[in-house]
Amino acid sequence: MKKSVYIQSVGSVSAQKTFDNSSFLEDIITYNDTTIRVIDPNYKEYIPPAAARRMAKGIKMSTVSAKNALTEASIEESEIDAIIVGTGLGCIGDSEKFVKDIIDNDEQFLTPTRFIQSSHNTVAGQIALGMGCKGHNFTYVHSSISLESSLLDAKLQLEEDEAQTILVGAVDELVDHHVNTHHLIGHIKEEPTETSNVLKSQTKGAIFSEGAHFFVLSNKKNEGSYAELLGIKTFNTLQIEAVETEIIHFLNDNSLDPEDIDLLILGNNGDVEFDTYYQTLDEGTFASHPKAYFKHLSGEYDTANGFGFWLANKILKGSLVPSAVLRGKHEIPSPKSILIYNQYRGENHSLLLLKKC
Amino acid sequence: MGRGVAITGMGIISAIGNNVQENLRSLTSNKIGISKITQIKTIHEDEIMVGEIEDSNPVLEKQLGIEANQWSRTVLIGSIAAKEALESAGITDINEVSTGFISGTTVGGMDKSEQYFYDYEKNPGIRQHITGLHAGDSTNKIAKYLGLEKGFVTTISTACSSAANAIMLGARMIKSGQLDRVIVGGTDSLSKFTINGFKTLMILSDTYSTPFDDNRKGLNLGEAAAYLVLESDGMVQKHRKKVLGYVKGYGNANDAYHQTASSENGDGAVLAMEKALKVAGLSPKTIDYVNAHGTATPNNDLSEGRALLRIFKDRVPEFSSTKSFTGHTLAAAGGVEAVYSVLALQNNLIFPNLNFQTPMKEFDLTPITEIKEKPIQTVLSNSFGFGGNCSTLIFSKEA
Repeated sequence: MKKSVYIQSVGSVSAQKTFDNSSFLEDIITYNDTTIRVIDPNYKEYIPPAAARRMAKGIKMSTVSAKNALTEASIEESEIDAIIVGTGLGCIGDSEKFVKDIIDNDEQFLTPTRFIQSSHNTVAGQIALGMGCKGHNFTYVHSSISLESSLLDAKLQLEEDEAQTILVGAVDELVDHHVNTHHLIGHIKEEPTETSNVLKSQTKGAIFSEGAHFFVLSNKKNEGSYAELLGIKTFNTLQIEAVETEIIHFLNDNSLDPEDIDLLILGNNGDVEFDTYYQTLDEGTFASHPKAYFKHLSGEYDTANGFGFWLANKILKGSLVPSAVLRGKHEIPSPKSILIYNQYRGENHSLLLLKKC
Repeated sequence: MGRGVAITGMGIISAIGNNVQENLRSLTSNKIGISKITQIKTIHEDEIMVGEIEDSNPVLEKQLGIEANQWSRTVLIGSIAAKEALESAGITDINEVSTGFISGTTVGGMDKSEQYFYDYEKNPGIRQHITGLHAGDSTNKIAKYLGLEKGFVTTISTACSSAANAIMLGARMIKSGQLDRVIVGGTDSLSKFTINGFKTLMILSDTYSTPFDDNRKGLNLGEAAAYLVLESDGMVQKHRKKVLGYVKGYGNANDAYHQTASSENGDGAVLAMEKALKVAGLSPKTIDYVNAHGTATPNNDLSEGRALLRIFKDRVPEFSSTKSFTGHTLAAAGGVEAVYSVLALQNNLIFPNLNFQTPMKEFDLTPITEIKEKPIQTVLSNSFGFGGNCSTLIFSKEA
């Protein structure tokens, strides 16, 4: 008998005021830019300044986000059986600096810190080190399904009762060289764009961003639980014509039908070339389903769907869909089941299914 | 959960051969792949020895039938090894059943990123490498080359245990029934990035590495790609597949001791081996051969040796580190050594730990230094990495 999997707590550092979990997208920050950064929490409250000085930003954001998730779950660090982190590029700021130093100094006068922090698994490793957690420790680095791979791994272990409590996280940082090069190939919008209008921009590319989202997952429900994680599926490729069919298959595999879904959360980022995947759901079976969006709030990055997953959890626990994530005026009273569909540039599609618990 | 995880195919490219047969020939004839570096221009060329794959990128591109300079070397070698694995498993239609691809890498397309770091602005002809920096991009390209569609494809990066963890996840997904079959392993090409990174950590040897020797001076970096095809019992029965061996046990733990060093007593390694034995349902005395992580750094070999003693007490099985042949191929190492473990099972051979002369003074452990024939039912393979990542796999002849 497979055990059910629950999300017990959330932690978020994003371009919105999400690290304070007491509010829920009430005060929205809008930007007019091609890239946006996280609102920095007061890192000093979480990390001793001496340690923070050499820490990559990805590690700092993750530390805050993970600590908030652990605090909310009100569990001891020793109760964490495993740590699983997804990241598209790891602490890429340190990787870039290390490469730059290699080239600029002709392979001389290098120091190990930047190399160590550029190892993709540095976040999961440092969190384990900080907590003394000797359990299963994995890092997934598969672009826009890095978080989803981590959730799948955690779900597998919790269902089989190989672990009871797992810290799952996702982090990516925004750095200059990455931004400059992705401008060159048109993956970032050419012109500054109002985030509030980005989903209707009709231009190519996305607004790039960064963030860290951590969650405590468990196979034991309690009064604080946010939601039940029913299913996860990812696809390396998916034809645009197959999106609706695959979603229906996925729901059926989880003993649900389209009419059981109260809300779709979609990963539109305002890239006119690739939002077409989501637009197929405006017709056909899901035409009249309520739909919510979040990348006009979070921006786009490999683990941006961490914001989407955070959003779904907050909606299910609070029985409230904030108006900031809706287009037009909808009333969605107390949704019970949410499906999240995300993809990036037509690759690495993911479906996540959550239920109120 | 009584399901077996069968290995039905494998592929490899390393410094000692471009396919499984060539690797076996080198392992049985003491042909080592360690030399001066030739394919990367580095100021350290006289201070280090590496395990380079013989073929240059143009040769590999020609073999794969792809255009010049479109892919990172990590993708090129990965495609070659993954293709051999599929062919050896007799798979002609990769999409006919639910198939996954899980690959480990640490550098991804870093070889190209470092080469063109300052050139992207003025040279549009090389911008295909910009997105190649994503580790996941290299995996997706290999999956595409294999023709895999709508599949479960992901990438694991846990430093030098990446491929071992890819094999572990694949085995777990087969056991739980989520996939019918899965291609698992890893790929890493050499790059200035890793050469200089390991150089700053002062753990590179200036000569042939000597695992488990008292006078060991550090590791030789290497490059390789290696993959296994894993299939469920159902697939094996239905298609009457030839089985090369089984993934019998696996264990993952974190040392939680230091970012780059292993704990003195190998706590993480002990936990990983204990878990793997438990999953396999085997006692330590049933292990016939240990393919050690054995990087030949002072820290690893001491820590791993102590961990072996803690698990096996005074009956440590015959063991060797094949990194003396290939160099330390980082993310690919767990895949390379999985292939060698299966070759050990198939041929009843223990491959030698070359260059060993003097036992370490801390304990009484001597690796196998000459090729040895012996009936082998079970092989235990260790892979450890930065960030405290410790992984153990157990391979067996019988399910």
